[in-house]
Amino acid sequence: MEKITRFRSRTVVLPQSDIDTDQILPARFLTTTTRAGMGDALFADWRYDEHGRLIGDFPLNRPEAEGCQVLVAGNNFGCGSSREHAPWGLVDYGFKAVISTAFADIFRNNSLKNGLIPIIVDQPTHQWLLDHPGVEVEVDLEQRQLRLPGRSPESLPESLPETEMIEFPIDNFSRYCLMEGIDQLGYLLKHSDAISRFEQHRA
Amino acid sequence: MAGKSLFRKVWDNHIVVPETADTPAVLFIDLHLIHEVTTPQAFALLKERGLTVRRPDLTLATMDHSTPTVPVASLSDLDLVAEPAAAAQIRQLASNCREFGVELHGFGSDERGIVHVIGPELGATQPGKTVVCGDSHTSTHGAFGALSFGIGTTEVGHVLATQCLLQRRPKTLAINVNGTLPTGVSAKDIILAIIGRIGVDGGVGHVIEYRGDTIGSLDMEQRMTICNMSIEAGARAGMIAPDDTTYDYLAGRAAVPKGAAWQEALARWQTLPSDPDAVFDKECSIDAATLQPMVTFGTNPGMVIPVTGEIPANTGDGSFRRALDYMGLESGRPILGTPVDVVFVGSCTNSRMGDLRQTAAILEGKKIAENVRMLIVPGSQSIKAQAESEGLHEIFQAAGAQWRESGCSMCLGMNGDTVASGQLCISTSNRNFEGRQGIGARTILASPQTAAASALCGHVADHRTIG
Ligand code: SF4
Repeated sequence: MEKITRFRSRTVVLPQSDIDTDQILPARFLTTTTRAGMGDALFADWRYDEHGRLIGDFPLNRPEAEGCQVLVAGNNFGCGSSREHAPWGLVDYGFKAVISTAFADIFRNNSLKNGLIPIIVDQPTHQWLLDHPGVEVEVDLEQRQLRLPGRSPESLPESLPETEMIEFPIDNFSRYCLMEGIDQLGYLLKHSDAISRFEQHRA
Repeated sequence: MAGKSLFRKVWDNHIVVPETADTPAVLFIDLHLIHEVTTPQAFALLKERGLTVRRPDLTLATMDHSTPTVPVASLSDLDLVAEPAAAAQIRQLASNCREFGVELHGFGSDERGIVHVIGPELGATQPGKTVVCGDSHTSTHGAFGALSFGIGTTEVGHVLATQCLLQRRPKTLAINVNGTLPTGVSAKDIILAIIGRIGVDGGVGHVIEYRGDTIGSLDMEQRMTICNMSIEAGARAGMIAPDDTTYDYLAGRAAVPKGAAWQEALARWQTLPSDPDAVFDKECSIDAATLQPMVTFGTNPGMVIPVTGEIPANTGDGSFRRALDYMGLESGRPILGTPVDVVFVGSCTNSRMGDLRQTAAILEGKKIAENVRMLIVPGSQSIKAQAESEGLHEIFQAAGAQWRESGCSMCLGMNGDTVASGQLCISTSNRNFEGRQGIGARTILASPQTAAASALCGHVADHRTIG
């Protein structure tokens, strides 16, 4: 897996609340037996019309969204099914981080195992990001910080501190694995002896 | 020291390596259920790394998600009825199970069915176990006092290879439901009301324990309906303490211990319920006596009202407006009388004997409305056989409904059973997301009785008032 420590990108914004995994990756694309090419099916029912043509004014399809690695989504992203195809699709499409106010548990877990960083921010920061699509941000995994370099003090709502650095929560283990590009199976396999002892003890 | 909750007892019993500030716990898994859709990439990973399935004896496979609900006698007949990609995926599961020595309930097995229906039916789901599956509705098994939750495909690979998962301990949420449930109000209505109350993210990061005398009065099928939709409230899992109802259900089933071992298991299970002084991170209470049949009106399960209610006024939120536009519904109008095109009775939420009997009781001797298409899909082949032995299929067919083989079917529309764009389906399943039942399909979630009554009337109906 690719190592991630720090990167900069412009944002693309999907403001809807409660975007579920059926929207992120519709079920009819789940008959695949590989991980390849899931990016084509990402947000399929929103991105394409009934003839399979891209819908021009959907945020991801606009020219300025080209190359964006950070998705800013409405409140509570990723609820619904456990399908890992959702983060596979986001990563294959080119995203490295999603910003929202909350993430569904299974989606967050799946994302962290696939090099996609779920970034939780407070309401004022979230609103500012929703209101400023295309702003360039920096994600610093090492410092657990989201930086908003484009933000000027006069545009800040009063409740927002003037700092441009916003801390986001991420557990130490997931952060370490992402930064080192380590997959967690290797770590689990190292505990084989402890697992054997546990099994014997219970038998 | 405060007492322990049911969740905490099960969790503590499965810790192989405790969690630290820097590392998650290694949690042992007692039962791993697998199906065709979320496993191919996990088996591929095992092959890539030359790994085996550590505990095939704790792994159980079935075919349900992309599986046709028209009769298929064997894998070789599959191409006649399934889309090529779905057929390939189903075959892949069969070959992976053969290669890795995993028991599979495939075509030809009388025990095949929706993964969350057959686990309990076979007695594989038991109190105090940890149960996982690459499917979010694994929460269903919590009805037995098991800690059960959905995982992604990477984690499916972890469990196949190590029988363990890396997990942080979630928080606990007690939902107390007390009081006498009014006639005509079902378990489905209870859980829809709970989701309406706490919201689709109300349970995030938490394991719910459903408690109280109302919950204790429910049978196992009804308890499964409640735990099933815990995920719709965002919860990691839902649990109900085991009691005599649980033990009566399990006694004699294929996978449960027998003889002296049964007595030992019972003694162990009886220690599981939360201690009287257990403390929960959050609590909430519901008065069952005030509940009514519930229906959803929007595009997430938290957008829910009593069937006699009016569609709420716009909260000013763009997502709310979008949801009503998608559904073709208007604020301030009663939901009763909304025309229905399709009715689906099925899914791991409501496809068991009690659900089918209630549906039959409403349909018996009547015809569904002329323009309505109704699909009734049993949760498993055993349920199908039982329903047929009771003659329920004849009632369904005489009413004009289609009676199918078991599977997920129209719950997620992966197997070709879909709702056409713009059509409205009243469905006993668990998700009313945009496009869940087909591109542009509109879904209203409801209980089997509400669905059956609406099928007769051709519009959303209150089953308590139709004669
Ligand atoms: S019936 Fe629906 S919710 Fe249940 S396992 Fe199948 S697809 Fe998932």
